[in-house]
This record gives sequence, C-alpha cells and structure tokens, in this order.
Amino acid sequence: MNATVAAKLRAHVPLVVTAVLLVTMFGAGSVQYDGFFSGQVLLNLLIDNAFLLVVAVGMTFVVLTGGIDLSVGAVVALATMISAWLVEKHHWPALLVIPLVLAIGTAGGALMGWIIHTFEIQPFIVTLAGMFLARGLCYTISVESISITDSSYTAMAQTRIPLPGGMFLSPSAVIAVVVVVAAFVVLHHTRLGRNVYALGGSEQSALLMGLPVTRTKVTVYAVSGFCSALGGVLLTFYMLSGYGLHAVGLELDAIAAVVIGGTLLTGGSGYLLGTVLGVLVLGLIQTVISFQGTLSSWWTRIVIGGLLFVFIVLQRLITRSRRA
Amino acid sequence: MTKHRLFWPAAVLAALLLANVAFTHDFFAIRIKDGHLYGSLIDILHFGAPLILVALGMTLVIATGGIDLSVGSTVAIAGALACLHISEAPDPGSVGTVLTAVALALAVALVLGLANGLLVSRVGVQPIIATLILMVAGRGVAQLITDGQIITVTSAPYQLIGGGYWLTAPFSILLSAAMVLLTALLTRSTALGLLLESVGGNPVASRLVGIRATRLIALVYVFSALCAAVAGLMISSNVSAADGNNAGLWIELDAILAVVIGGTSLNGGRFSLGGTVLGALVIQTLSTTIYTIGIPPETTLVFKAVVVITVCLIQSPQFRTRLARRRTAHHRTAAGTAAAPANLEVGA
Repeated sequence: MNATVAAKLRAHVPLVVTAVLLVTMFGAGSVQYDGFFSGQVLLNLLIDNAFLLVVAVGMTFVVLTGGIDLSVGAVVALATMISAWLVEKHHWPALLVIPLVLAIGTAGGALMGWIIHTFEIQPFIVTLAGMFLARGLCYTISVESISITDSSYTAMAQTRIPLPGGMFLSPSAVIAVVVVVAAFVVLHHTRLGRNVYALGGSEQSALLMGLPVTRTKVTVYAVSGFCSALGGVLLTFYMLSGYGLHAVGLELDAIAAVVIGGTLLTGGSGYLLGTVLGVLVLGLIQTVISFQGTLSSWWTRIVIGGLLFVFIVLQRLITRSRRA
Repeated sequence: MTKHRLFWPAAVLAALLLANVAFTHDFFAIRIKDGHLYGSLIDILHFGAPLILVALGMTLVIATGGIDLSVGSTVAIAGALACLHISEAPDPGSVGTVLTAVALALAVALVLGLANGLLVSRVGVQPIIATLILMVAGRGVAQLITDGQIITVTSAPYQLIGGGYWLTAPFSILLSAAMVLLTALLTRSTALGLLLESVGGNPVASRLVGIRATRLIALVYVFSALCAAVAGLMISSNVSAADGNNAGLWIELDAILAVVIGGTSLNGGRFSLGGTVLGALVIQTLSTTIYTIGIPPETTLVFKAVVVITVCLIQSPQFRTRLARRRTAHHRTAAGTAAAPANLEVGA
C-alpha cells in the first residue's frame, strides 16, 4: 500500500516540478520587471500560444500511446498555406475553407496512423515522411508568403473578448481552451481515453485484452492531425498569412511541452493538464526574454533544450527507481 | 542479381543519372580546366560530400539501433565556431589559425557527441529524444556563437576544405572518400563492425557475451558528431561563411534517408557503408536533377517524402507479405478452377 502511494507521488514529481517552475518564473519576472505581474500577461501567454497549445494537446495523445508525431509543424504550415491560398487566390469563404483544412489534417493523420500500424514502420520515420510531404506541398502551392486580407480572418484576428478587470482574450485562446477541456474529458472519462493509456502501457497486453488497438492507434494520429490543422487555422488568425516556413521546429516545442508536462515518452503515463503547464512554461520563457529585451531570442531555444534535458533525466530517474 | 542488397540503390542512382542526359546532353562529360576537374558528376560528388559524411556517422549510430537527430545542429555549431575563430584571428590566412579553428570545432563536436552518447548509453534515454535536446538547443547555441549574424571569412587555407582543389580533384571529395575508406577498414577488417551489429541486434545478448555496449554506443555518437563537424567545416568553407540558422538545416533527415535507401535497417543490427554512400548520392543527384529540370527546388521535399515512404514500405515485412499474398491470389484466379486443392490449403 505504502509502496503504491510512494509510486504515485513519485509519478507526480515532474508535474509538481513544472508547476513550481511556472510559479517561480512568474514570481521572478514580477520582481524583476515592471508591469510583469498582471493578469493580462498570463492571458497573453494563452493568446500568443493558443496554436501551440492545440498542437501539444494532439501530441499528448500520440505520446501517451508511445508514439511520436514529427509532422505537426509542417501540417500547421500546410494548413496556413491552403487557407491563405483558397481564401485569397480563389475567394472561397472562410466557413468552407476551415472545415476543409481540418478534414485534410485529420485524414492525413489517420493515413499516417494506418501506415504505422499496418506495416509496423516506426512512427518517427512515417511522420518524418509526412513532414517532408506537408512542407513540400506548401512550396508547390507557393514559395512566397501569401498574406490574408479576407474580412472574416481579420475579424478573428482583431476581436477582443472583454473580461472583468479590463482584461481580454482572443477567440483563438477561447478555442484552445475548449480543445483542452474536450481532450481532458476524452482522455480521462471515455473508453477511447482508457484505450490510449492501455496501448501506451503495453501494446501486447492491450491486444490480449481485446482492446481495439488498430482503431485507437489510427485515432490518436488522426487526433494529432486534426489538432495540427486546427493549430494552423489559429496561426492563420494570428499571422494573417500562409507561408511554407511558418511553424518551423514547432514539433519540437510540442514534444518539449508534453515532456515538461510530465508525460512519459515511453507512453502509458501522463496528464493532459501537464501539457498545458508545459506550454505555459515555454510561453513564459518567451515572455521573460521579451521583457528582458537585451537577451537574444535564440536563448529561448537553448533554455527549452536545457529544460528538456533536465525533465528527461528526471523522468528517467523516476521510472528507473519505480522499476527497481 | 536483384537480390543483392546494393542492387536497388545502385539501379535508382543509375536511372536518375541517365534521366539527366535527356536535359543535359553532356551530363557525363568531365573536363580538366586549369588543372581542375569539372563536370556535372564532379558537382554531384562535391555538393554531396558533406551529406556523405553525416550519413556515414548516422549509419553507425543506426547500426546500434539508435538515431542522431542533432547532426544538423552540430554542423551549424562547428561551422560557426571555426568561422568565428578565423574571423577574430589576427592572421586569418595562416595555416596555423585554420588548424586551430578546425581543432576547436572538432573538440567541441567531441564533447557534444559524448553528451549524446552518455545520455543514451548511461542514462538510458531513447536516442531520438536524447539527440532531440541538442537539436533544439544546438541551433540556439550556433546563433549565440555567431551573434545571430552570418560570419564571413576570407582565408585561403580554410577555403580549401570545402571549396578548394587538391591533386586536380575537389578537396571535399577526397576528404569524404578518405573518411569512408577509413571507416570501412575499421569496421570491416576488425571486429568493430560485428560488435556494433551485435549491440544493435540484441543489446541484452551482446552484454551477456561480454561486449561493452555502453562504451560502443557512446563511441558511435561521438563518431557521428565528429563526422557532422567535418561536414559543417566543409559547408561553411564552401560558402566562406557561417550561418547559424540555415547551415545543415534538415541534413539529419537527408542523412537518415540516405542510410535507409542504402538498405540499413532502422531497427539496427546490420549496416552497409557502401549502401549509405549510394543513398547519399541518390539524394544529391535527385536534388541536382530537380535543379536542372527547373522544378522549384523547394518541392524536392515532396519527392523525398515519396522516396522515404516507398523505401520503408519495401523494407517492411508486413508490406511484402501483403503484396505476396495479393500476387498469389491473383495467380490462383488466373489459373482457373484447377486451384481447388490450393483453396482447401488456404482454409486449413
């Protein structure tokens, strides 16, 4: 009994560390910089990282099954590209373009999941091919950036949803929150969620228990594809342009957010809300660096790499001592 | 003959090269101008030299069942360090300065490779994740070294590495060839290659027979980083500049692709250096061909995606069985009703 309680506590260590880190960083920022300690700075984290949050939610599903999806950044770029191209060059209405983009992302993800499962090829190589394909398709549409002037997109970009205390949120941030809530319900309160955890725990056991392994695997990659496409739509609202070089390296940020949020890369154990914390930590690093002003932006990448290192080693020590 | 593992990569390379003749009639012509070799084939080897090197290191990593995603960042860091050192030296043209710069870049690569290797072998982190860390942070480090600028250098000895000629041939080709040969000798005329394959094939079994897997695994990541560093020197030397942001961008993917095309299984346990060189040349030829045909070079990625997935499907036993089953089923229906006993066999 004591052992299981200890194990449970230990499994929460990365999550607690992340939460402490978040509070410490926010506290240090508040002491260091004027105007840092405000609700709007926190809300801006959500506004500026809405697309990353959505993408990281999809990645959480995949990582929980023990897989990985390297195509997310490229799919985000492809979504912005297709949107911009259809809206600007062909004058399609946004209400038609957005569902189409989401459908393409979902179908692409499902296809990758199917190939991974049916032909037993490592997820990273299949999604790597998906990444090549999506980036390449961006450039076949256009090598240049396409800026968006469509009124529904600019409206989405400029709308401010007022909150009490003079604070505000963007529609994208609200969508991201809705996605998080939906994903939380699916992962922790539905059969699909339980299958995802079971599959990550042990595929062999899941198979022997008669769980729908094929369907679950294809679904998680489809979810990741959907989330990437949605992330792309949100990025289009943010950037008001489609470009093949949008979201380069986003897959790494998403993986970092998932890992920093305490999800085991070997699958089977993790928390969706941990991913949210992870995204907030990454966002806060950016905020601190922008408040500092003198620090160069590439410090962001170094700090993210350093954090990733610390958390992975931490995870490793925890899983090792659990096994012992 | 089609059974030989190098048959398909060689055939693809030959087909790609031949296809070029349709667009460039003197594609195979090699001339000597001012004591230097010129020609499309030389260009492919010249521009492909860094990829061959990176893929060489990647092959050994993959042979142990690992993967090294950090090579692109190592390329950038090595180039940035060397160029920074040379640009700040009082005499950028002197051989001593260049040698120190090269030594500096290689030493840092050694440390980076060791960090990767220890994370994988000692701490036991999955290779893809362990090297992801350096992949993320490394670009930042390279930017930090160059201060976000593109450092240009004018140094004749440094330019030799990637852009110069030696004994009429481009120096980069000779350097890559020497490294490939040396690696082939080391792995194939000693037991080293066998030990690597054994570690990749079954780490537990190889530990039980007394192979020091930890040390071997750390070694391949160090080797991979060193290869990447030399490639980084070549790339920055060829353009006489270090670009922390774009140098070696996505080269890890090309290198993995080269290794896979060359017939090395991503599951580890066996490797083929000859295959990797062929694979790297296939990729370089593909890129060159796309340039000469006039397709926007950015769309190369689409072709690469198709190649990756095709090669992986062909390697997948599940795919082969499915294909074989479909073929036999087709065969049976073609044979007609005489196949009744065979159908019974399928039922049983």
